[in-house]
Amino acid sequence: MSLPKAIEVSADAPIHAGDAGDAGNAVGWARRRHVLDLDDFSPSEIEDVLESANGMAEVLKRDIKKVPTLRGRVIVTLFYESSTRTRVSFEEAGKILSADVINVSTSGSSVEKGESLLNTGLTLQAMGVDSIVVRHPHSGAPNFLARHLDRVSVINAGDGMHAHPTQALLDLFTVKEHLGRLEGVKIVIVGDVLHSRVARSDVLGFAKMGAQVVLCGPSTLLPIEYLGRRGESKAPEPLAGVTMDTDLDRAIEGADVVMALRLQAERQEGGFLPSLREYIRRWQLTDRRLSMANPGALVMHPGPMNEGIEISSSIAHGGASVIEEQVTGGVAIRMALLYLVVAGGNAE
Amino acid sequence: MDSTTLVIKGPRIIDPGQGLDQTGDILVSDGKIMAVGVLSADSVPADCRTVDAAGLVATPGFIDLHCHLRDPGFEYKETITAGARAAARGGFTSLCCMPNTSPPIDNAAVVDFLRRRCETEAVVRVHPVACVSKGRLGQELTEMEELAAAGAVAFSDDGDPVYDPNLMRLALTYSLDLGVPITNHCQDRSLSGNGAMAEGWVSSRLGLAGIPAAAEEAMIARDIALAELTGGRLHLAHVSTAGSVPMIRHAKERGLAVTAEVCPHHLTITEEWVLGRKGADAASAGLLAYDTSTKVFPPLRSRHDVDALVEALADGVIDCIATDHAPHEQTSKQVTYEDAAFGISVLETGFGSVMELVHRGRLSLSDLVERLTAGPARVMGPAFQEFATLAPGTVADIVLFDPDREWQVDTAEFQSMGKNTPLEGTTLKGQVMATMVGGRLVFEHSSWNGGNPIG
Repeated sequence: MSLPKAIEVSADAPIHAGDAGDAGNAVGWARRRHVLDLDDFSPSEIEDVLESANGMAEVLKRDIKKVPTLRGRVIVTLFYESSTRTRVSFEEAGKILSADVINVSTSGSSVEKGESLLNTGLTLQAMGVDSIVVRHPHSGAPNFLARHLDRVSVINAGDGMHAHPTQALLDLFTVKEHLGRLEGVKIVIVGDVLHSRVARSDVLGFAKMGAQVVLCGPSTLLPIEYLGRRGESKAPEPLAGVTMDTDLDRAIEGADVVMALRLQAERQEGGFLPSLREYIRRWQLTDRRLSMANPGALVMHPGPMNEGIEISSSIAHGGASVIEEQVTGGVAIRMALLYLVVAGGNAE
Repeated sequence: MDSTTLVIKGPRIIDPGQGLDQTGDILVSDGKIMAVGVLSADSVPADCRTVDAAGLVATPGFIDLHCHLRDPGFEYKETITAGARAAARGGFTSLCCMPNTSPPIDNAAVVDFLRRRCETEAVVRVHPVACVSKGRLGQELTEMEELAAAGAVAFSDDGDPVYDPNLMRLALTYSLDLGVPITNHCQDRSLSGNGAMAEGWVSSRLGLAGIPAAAEEAMIARDIALAELTGGRLHLAHVSTAGSVPMIRHAKERGLAVTAEVCPHHLTITEEWVLGRKGADAASAGLLAYDTSTKVFPPLRSRHDVDALVEALADGVIDCIATDHAPHEQTSKQVTYEDAAFGISVLETGFGSVMELVHRGRLSLSDLVERLTAGPARVMGPAFQEFATLAPGTVADIVLFDPDREWQVDTAEFQSMGKNTPLEGTTLKGQVMATMVGGRLVFEHSSWNGGNPIG
């Protein structure tokens, strides 16, 4: 069977945002309307975001944190899951850039009356909002919204087990800021990779930027199919260089970055783990294990942490930890993305 | 003019049931086939209606062992009327409809009701499949003998597999003297869990819970063991994995009464279609990813599985093609992938899509026709034989198709109320031009004028 005409046009080719105006210093950004995952970001687009975030980080250090970049723009955060850092950092980012930010959570909104995601999206679009920052427990919810809304920029703030692109960008930003490079950096991501949207986007982001990615954790929590265990189905580039290892002591050798993922208590109930005790014994990030990484290795965590489970308290708050810097970088990255996507890279 | 007699002139006639493949004529009278082959002028009544079918292929009407008509109970998804018209448009003249209705088909009264409804509302033959267990709850057997006597042609709990192995054993045993198969939708729920698509790199990439191939294979292995234990007739619904094939082959080699069906979508499209590009360029998940029209149970699987299923169909390990036509209203698909209903509307695209196998040389045309006619009839037993052949004296259930005609799938033209198909907009090669049930023309393609009298 052959393809219909409409499909031959590359579907994820960035869509023209309409009135692009002066492209300014970020050529191409006027054409990107949505941020769904990093899979359709080129390395140079990622560099643009990181560079722009550098400038935004300067704004965050000012006494008066306010620039007029997004004045007159309306951004809605639409969160179907609880969140502190992601929601607040998007709100803060939008407000520093002078956008009007409206927070919608599922409780107290029409969602409680059973309004569908589609109708909620159409309603917000009809109100003339410029951007919807969405978090949803179902993978692909932002793709779904983006497909059905033609006048709104959709930004994924975390969807199910699928993607968390702004988290991955802030992770890239943090590593680059501290190590000065991404190319050739060895990063070990340890924990429940299987259910982690953070890990999925990080793998894409770090692999695209030339880092060496090692996924580590119990076999039951590794996405073994991702890398094509059965041989007949193999994930495409840039994932070919990503490896997996169940032995953290071995994986951590020579690491420049170690990222621990949150272990959710229900994983043990789901039978993925015999006990938290065994998890701690085999995969907790400890001082002893960190000593096997490269000197100066960074410790990261997307939060919220279960101290004493996936990461020891001494590591979480120790000298190698850049966990708080990740949070700060998160605001800068979201400012950069809103600037590039909602304003098309045009400062007012 | 003799209105009850007509002659179909000049098609290539393929009737695998009697090993026939030749160009000739078909004489139909009073709803039955009178003669087939090269008919001399004096064997055809001079004043009868003539249908010019030169250039087309005429075969027995297709038999679908597995479809969902949703009626009664879910008439907003499909009705008997619409589903039967869709069948006619797709070349199917006999449908076996699954009992996941409301109420379920678990007692003779519902079978009677359906049969009466279908007599007046369905343009094709509809054969009810009844539940294995009361209420499809998997606990107690239905009154199988009374159901079979009322017209149930098989037993199945459909989407809820018979999970209790002992109940499955009892069903296979109790039905031994009824002459009808037990159809099981093999899926170990503990393994399939809340999976939304096939487990593999695409599910992992998209962050969707996966359904491993072993969920199907584990239950097929169990059911084959039970078929061996009981001697019962086991029919395996919509086989979807490469690993299922050798188990079925082995069961048949041992002489067990095991049969199997496969769906058009599992023979033609893969899990990569979930990425939304209709299989093309699967590298990134963009706007079109999470295409809910691809959500189906069992799920679309890998190219490796598709190839193994095509091979199994070609060599006869899998007996027949069944649609698993599962129409849905738009809102149950216009949600996130996780929330979307399982199922594809297949009746009108099934034939066109499996013709791809013929055009690609994977299956001969006569074998394909066999898997749509004599194959399914063999699964069902002697009662279905007359629907599956063009032999004189049998009912005139006939389909005429153009194997080379290309057409674009447009759900606006669907007779089915279910527009849920991932094939929307694709081009298929092979189209049904006319369908006849009991000598009555129930579908004619708008561009075909062969139905008009010539001369």
